[in-house]
Amino acid sequence: MTADGHDAVTGGPERIIEARGVVKSFGPTPALRGASMAVNRGEIVAVMGPSGSGKSTLLHCLAGILTPDVGEVWFDGRRLDTLSEDRRSDLRRDRFGFVFQSGQLIPELTAAENVAMPLLLSGVRRGRALAEAGPWFGRLGLDGLEQRRSGELSGGQAQRVALARGLVARPEVLFADEPTGSLDSLSGELVMRLLSAAAREHGTTVILVTHDARVAAYARREVVVRDGAVTSLTGVAP
Amino acid sequence: MLSGMSVPLTLLGLLEREPSHGYDLKRDYDSFFGRGKPLSFGQVYGTLSRLSRDGMAIAGPAEHGEGPERKRYAITRQGSAEVEKWLAEPAAPEPHLQSVLFAKVVLALMLDRPAARYLDRQRAAHLQRMRELTEQVQQGGVLDTLLADYGLYHLEADLRWIDHTAARLDMLAQEVRR
Repeated sequence: MTADGHDAVTGGPERIIEARGVVKSFGPTPALRGASMAVNRGEIVAVMGPSGSGKSTLLHCLAGILTPDVGEVWFDGRRLDTLSEDRRSDLRRDRFGFVFQSGQLIPELTAAENVAMPLLLSGVRRGRALAEAGPWFGRLGLDGLEQRRSGELSGGQAQRVALARGLVARPEVLFADEPTGSLDSLSGELVMRLLSAAAREHGTTVILVTHDARVAAYARREVVVRDGAVTSLTGVAP
Repeated sequence: MLSGMSVPLTLLGLLEREPSHGYDLKRDYDSFFGRGKPLSFGQVYGTLSRLSRDGMAIAGPAEHGEGPERKRYAITRQGSAEVEKWLAEPAAPEPHLQSVLFAKVVLALMLDRPAARYLDRQRAAHLQRMRELTEQVQQGGVLDTLLADYGLYHLEADLRWIDHTAARLDMLAQEVRR
């Protein structure tokens, strides 16, 4: 791969992650009925669809949190869904980042410790992890809030801390599930501006689940999930 | 009320259902699309004669009966292609589209055409426009944002309508088919 995310051999965009015919049921209820989508390295893609369409399940399958009943998930040229739980867990820690709807910061820790958490889990020493977390506060407009705990942050601030935590380890893919879902529209807009700017700067691939068209408009393209499948117009990476 | 361009194409679409007299077309138009703003007979007959002149429709022989003489109009192959093109092509995403989108959906269902696919295309066109405006928001100043936001909120409202409609297509189809 070249630095700009293009395949060194073909010169075309490089496919980083792909779901092929994924079927996933919870008990008797099918959530995905053969969903396929592919994302190129460095792309920001929105996964949209009504509640219950299966879009979060698709995100969880792509991220290796869930494994499909039928179908395949590929990441960086290798099958992801057939890896052991431990290997998938390593992959999630080392190469993926996550942002969820309502921050889910650890309330006992300071904002800086929360941001540093993925580095600490990867075995980076505390001093260095906190030093790497530091610049994210300036970058995301959070200067001076490093020592606050989550209860002392507004919703928008907490979500920006969660975004810093998702990006601090320089993941190749950031999975964001309704990252502005609990925010008012202005705070949500700020989070999305920062998210898309940071992703572009670092070449991070972003898979963004949202039902909100204004949020989806930050993505380069959208994939629409309906009744557990990706509608035919949108699933394939250009 | 439908925009100027929609009336001829909607009448043409109604002709695709079955060859009709002007009177029946007006009645069907008014009940499905007029929504309290009925077409005048002059408008219907004027439109039909223009459609015939342009090769979209063809008039049968005059029928003599009680009252004025009547002609039955039928859609031509070219007319059908024109209806298909209009339905399949997303309207330019701009505010106040409701009447055009409404007419397209109802007609597509009547004619048993893939309304869901048309809506998906419209949805994609709307989102593409929202992406362009969002790009302006990210690069521009506060005034640019203010202007872009106006467009974004209107497009978002359209999109919600598109989603709701897409979810109700089966129900709508039962209502408009016969």
